[in-house]
Amino acid sequence: MSETQDFSIYVRHPAEGIAAMDLVVEGVHCGSCISTIEKGLSGERGIRGARVNLASKRVTVEWDEHTLAPAAILHRLEGLGYPAYPFATAKVDSVEALEEQRLLRCLGVAAFGAMNIMLISVSLWSGAARAEGFATRDFFHWLSALIALPIVAYAGRPFFDSALKAIKQHAFNMDVPITLGALLALLLSVVQTSKHEPEAYFDSAVMLLLFLLAGRYLDQRMRRQTRDVATNLAAIRAENAVKLIDGGEACEVPIAAISPGDLVLVRAGERVAVDGLVEEGRSEVDQSLVTGETAVTPVAAGSNVYAGTMNVTGALRVRVRRAATGTLLDEVNALLERAIEQRSSYVKLADRAARIYAPVVHLTALTTFLGWIAFGLNWQQALVIAITVLIITCPCALGLAVPAVQVVAASAMFRRGVLLNSGDALERLAEIDTVVFDKTGTLTLPKPILANKDDIAPEDLALAGTLALASKHPLAKAVAAAAGATTPSTAHEFPGQGVTMLHDGKRLKLGSVAFCQAEAEAVRVADAWPDASLIAFRGPKRVVVFAIRQARRADAREVVAVLLRAGLAVEILSGDRRSAVEGVARELSISRFNAGLNPAQKIARLKALRGMGHRVLMVGDGLNDAPALAAANVSISPISAAHLTQAQADAVFLGDPLAPVADAIFLARKAKRLMIENLWLSAIYNFIAVPIAIAGFATPLIAALAMSSSSILVTLNALRARAAKGAVR
Amino acid sequence: MNVLVYLVPLALALGGIGLAAFLWAMRNGQFDDLEGAGWRVISDDDLPESKG
Repeated sequence: MSETQDFSIYVRHPAEGIAAMDLVVEGVHCGSCISTIEKGLSGERGIRGARVNLASKRVTVEWDEHTLAPAAILHRLEGLGYPAYPFATAKVDSVEALEEQRLLRCLGVAAFGAMNIMLISVSLWSGAARAEGFATRDFFHWLSALIALPIVAYAGRPFFDSALKAIKQHAFNMDVPITLGALLALLLSVVQTSKHEPEAYFDSAVMLLLFLLAGRYLDQRMRRQTRDVATNLAAIRAENAVKLIDGGEACEVPIAAISPGDLVLVRAGERVAVDGLVEEGRSEVDQSLVTGETAVTPVAAGSNVYAGTMNVTGALRVRVRRAATGTLLDEVNALLERAIEQRSSYVKLADRAARIYAPVVHLTALTTFLGWIAFGLNWQQALVIAITVLIITCPCALGLAVPAVQVVAASAMFRRGVLLNSGDALERLAEIDTVVFDKTGTLTLPKPILANKDDIAPEDLALAGTLALASKHPLAKAVAAAAGATTPSTAHEFPGQGVTMLHDGKRLKLGSVAFCQAEAEAVRVADAWPDASLIAFRGPKRVVVFAIRQARRADAREVVAVLLRAGLAVEILSGDRRSAVEGVARELSISRFNAGLNPAQKIARLKALRGMGHRVLMVGDGLNDAPALAAANVSISPISAAHLTQAQADAVFLGDPLAPVADAIFLARKAKRLMIENLWLSAIYNFIAVPIAIAGFATPLIAALAMSSSSILVTLNALRARAAKGAVR
Repeated sequence: MNVLVYLVPLALALGGIGLAAFLWAMRNGQFDDLEGAGWRVISDDDLPESKG
């Protein structure tokens, strides 16, 4: 069957007659990769240019429209040795990128301002004004105002906007006192300068913004990098569907281009990408991704199939009922949204600190004002001192305390293979006392393996392996992998039953127990491996039954032991059969487990746990886990998880080991400790600086020194989050 | 102090040029790929093709 590919949905049109597409490329890591790809593509007729971005592992290709199809570019890249995957930039991505650019621009402007104002301020502090007279001092102050006013107006926007938004929602965040502090400093300085007073705080306002913007920019950049990696992974795993045009010609299209009423072909071994009704064909469907149940369900014409399930044995023609939007996935999504709303009540550490900080500081300022009046100062002088208190306490270190730790801890996690999805995940992760694991794909590896390899004669395994290569059934794939078979045989497949071939005049069979008439043998194997799925092989000499089961992640036992030792409660919630779950739980010495749960029951169990006052981390991968992930306090998914699950998880971990989960928990705890330390550091700074300000001794020089030293101290302390050791090695 | 009349504008102008260059570089996407640029320098794609 000849088959075309249609990727037109990903194509952009930057100018008339020019088409462009962004691709994620696998395996780009050095300079020669860049030139191979760029030269290789530019040599192609019709291609106007290709540009590789090494940092994000992406390539942008531009070509003359109608000269070639997007699929040809993919094939060309594949030919060069770099498999490429088109992706549509999600809206969130571009919003995040714009925010990053904006912060960087503000940072540049603030740096320019700080540089020039400091030039003036340093000469004032070192006595220029005293030597040259008051006219020069006023001139320098006005010059500072000329620089500071427009710069704060521009570079302070991110803080002003955020503060305004918070106030409109009757909420409170750290940006409110920051905004207040910066604006009051400017206002006071302008008034003081116009009255020829010696002190002005223009430098303080600009420096405050510079420090805070640097922290915020790094935070945003870390988040964007993580998101880029996640988007790349999503693109590599994006699914296509084979659409049958007018019932005949097959064309491979991205799922996003499928609409209800279309007819799609789902071949054996492919994942069903849509919800629909089977029109033709007979097969078995593995629903483990949707229900967590590892047994397969038979389907035929008239049955319903759901997106995310795996078609195991035969080809199906499916009439699409609901495509990428409106599928079972979306119903799961609806469940999800409700669960997320409940979680959003979490108040971030920084905001909690702001809630305590602001009233205390503002009350102190008020008391200072009233106190000085009581002491007989006139109200203008008292007000100046009160505002100085506000400027000195301006939450520079406080504003950096949390984001600085977040940036350092997130990049430490990044190196250990954990990608953080949400900013406050660290804090929530640090507070958990219960870890709930899903079984399939989380405690176990995503792919099943042959369990009773030691009981099988090597020659039987080798023969079964070559035969197994001919089948797309996941159990057969596990046999082929265990045998290390590479050369497929010419076999005949009986859909839903098994495969046969002739070998030295004998007929060999691989398939269901009934297909190979291996019932007697099967009973014995099933006794030895109660949680395994069975596949039989009728060889030249004897009948063999393979037990295929999901293997634990190699370090699962160790990781669970480490978690238990750290005083965390560990529990398994699985949709799989009781016998299968029990086996894993016993192996890992986990005493609490629940089997055969549907998504709603999982949520109920998590709610019950939370009701008892526990803070729960959910680690899961199945589609059926998505709502459960959202119902927990915090969640982690393996990278093999369904796309949707990842989008909801607070963090994603890469690779086969389970250790990153434990690492993430311990790193988060360390990060939380450092955040609290940092908050205390800035509090102590205030305890020292505030009395000086209340006494009326604060000068712009003291303000500048105090502000920068406390900020640097907090940042250095945050860097300690890098040094955290891994939990399991 | 007359020197200030041209030194201050000069300082501001120099800083302003730096800022303008930074903004220009940002808008041009100079910061989009911080790793690739280092590698591009050492690729010899401007040399004539030599055979053998």
